[in-house]
Amino acid sequence: MSITDSTSIVAENITKSFTTRYQRTAKQVAVAKMKGRKVSDRFDALHDVSFQIEQGESIGLMGLNGSGKSTLLKIINGVMAPDSGSLRTRGRIFGLIATSAGFHPQLSGRENIILNAAILGMTEAETRRKFDEIVDFADIGNRLDTPVGHYSSGQSARLGFSVAVHADCDIFLADEVLAVGDRPFKRKCLKKMEEIRDSGRTLFYVSHAAGSVRRMCNRVLVLQDGHLAFDGDVDEGIKFLHYDDESDEANEPDADEDDADEELGADI
Amino acid sequence: MTSLLPTRRDGGVPPLRSPAPRAGLLEVFQRRYLLRLLVRREINARYSGSFLGLIWSYINPLSQFCIYYFILGKLLDRGTPNFAVHVFAGMIVVHFFNETFNAGTRSMVRNKNVIRKMALPREMFPVASMLVSLYHVAPQLLILLVVCLAYGWNPDPMGLLAIVMAITLAMLLGTGLALLFSVANVFFRDFASVVGILTNFVRFGVPMIYPYSIVEERFGETLSQYYLYNPLASAVLLVQRATWYGTLTVEERAGELPSYLFERGAIMIAIAAVFLVFAQWVFRHFEDRIPERLT
Repeated sequence: MSITDSTSIVAENITKSFTTRYQRTAKQVAVAKMKGRKVSDRFDALHDVSFQIEQGESIGLMGLNGSGKSTLLKIINGVMAPDSGSLRTRGRIFGLIATSAGFHPQLSGRENIILNAAILGMTEAETRRKFDEIVDFADIGNRLDTPVGHYSSGQSARLGFSVAVHADCDIFLADEVLAVGDRPFKRKCLKKMEEIRDSGRTLFYVSHAAGSVRRMCNRVLVLQDGHLAFDGDVDEGIKFLHYDDESDEANEPDADEDDADEELGADI
Repeated sequence: MTSLLPTRRDGGVPPLRSPAPRAGLLEVFQRRYLLRLLVRREINARYSGSFLGLIWSYINPLSQFCIYYFILGKLLDRGTPNFAVHVFAGMIVVHFFNETFNAGTRSMVRNKNVIRKMALPREMFPVASMLVSLYHVAPQLLILLVVCLAYGWNPDPMGLLAIVMAITLAMLLGTGLALLFSVANVFFRDFASVVGILTNFVRFGVPMIYPYSIVEERFGETLSQYYLYNPLASAVLLVQRATWYGTLTVEERAGELPSYLFERGAIMIAIAAVFLVFAQWVFRHFEDRIPERLT
């Protein structure tokens, strides 16, 4: 596929390896060396991964635990750089990746919204314009001016999610999903995600739930031990992973509930 | 679907590029808004839950000055005039530098949640630590000026230049070292302990709790040149030149400060600026390994 103005993400032969260290202190390292044990090990979290994504596509990124999904997402997000190969993106990237990571427990919800928005790259004017919308969506009632440390885990996750979904971006990454939100909030989030998808933004959605991938995405990438094992149609991708059979139900405690909305919360 | 391409304000299509921030310190200052918020977060968090709040940043230095006044000025009086002012002036620089160095070194590990998950220039955190320390310099300087006035101080314009030079020098040097050690501390947490030792050396390696005249007296003209190769000694002497020096009578001033103080300060600033560029270069070199080592 050639690169045009509508190309959103291009990954060319990206490889990322990590070093695992078994010992950390000088004494442990010395002992291990004497006994001829390995002190460290390198492994490829991603190996020679290439793909190209057009603006407006919604991609489901699937794979077993430890297959490299999070690493790939971090590289797209710009947190990590690949060891070799290149990854380029067009436009602004936002993500539901640890949305409450920047929260400071001693600051109030209001201050944290502003800070988190800035960390995500929003300008002062943009934050001010969207502030009410963010607060409305998070729906944390009168706790806005109390320290976030006093929030329940669900409430702080809602606040983080709300900040992330309200920014103008071109690429939207969704990883950490709403395991902590209650059912009405999950439903609201699903609707918001669909809105994001339909607005022409590139959506990158990491999930184990076949149902929600089927619902949200029009293309699936499957990672296997750091290799890109499948790239193509959603149903075929799910079949490729054997996620289409009875294990579907077993993986998702919510799958037997009335609608697929709930699946969104059962991820990861 | 191609109708909704990303557009910039000028209507053009943004370029395909690496999503990782790469402009280093330059980008930190491009994102001043975030920097301001991070600094404010640190300051607010430090005093959150306290009743007196920011007043503490006046009480702490004031109490310190009182101790110097009674212990060093009255009890251990070795003949240096207005010795409490001398010590306090030096302490401001030393404290600013040590705080920057210390907090900056730990800043990366302390903010690991953000660094591991979000793309932002990581130089942001050491720089924010430096600005938080700088913020606390203002009340200390204010107290110093009031004290100086009480001692019958006659300020001069060169004094103002001296203060600006001293703060700039400590700022450049502190930020550079904080950059270097913050990344080293990610790989081996031992470096935070090393910094603890280094800052102790700083406290005694500058003419703060002893006057510079003693150094020249004991070491002689040539050897005290080596003493002055310490850039922080220059910074401390510059602040003393601006404040304490002005409270002395003309007879008392003889021999208290080394010659070529301003020239030396200017050279040190240039060296510190080069060092900061070097620190940024090293930081960039190791930066890619930071997120995976921050566990």
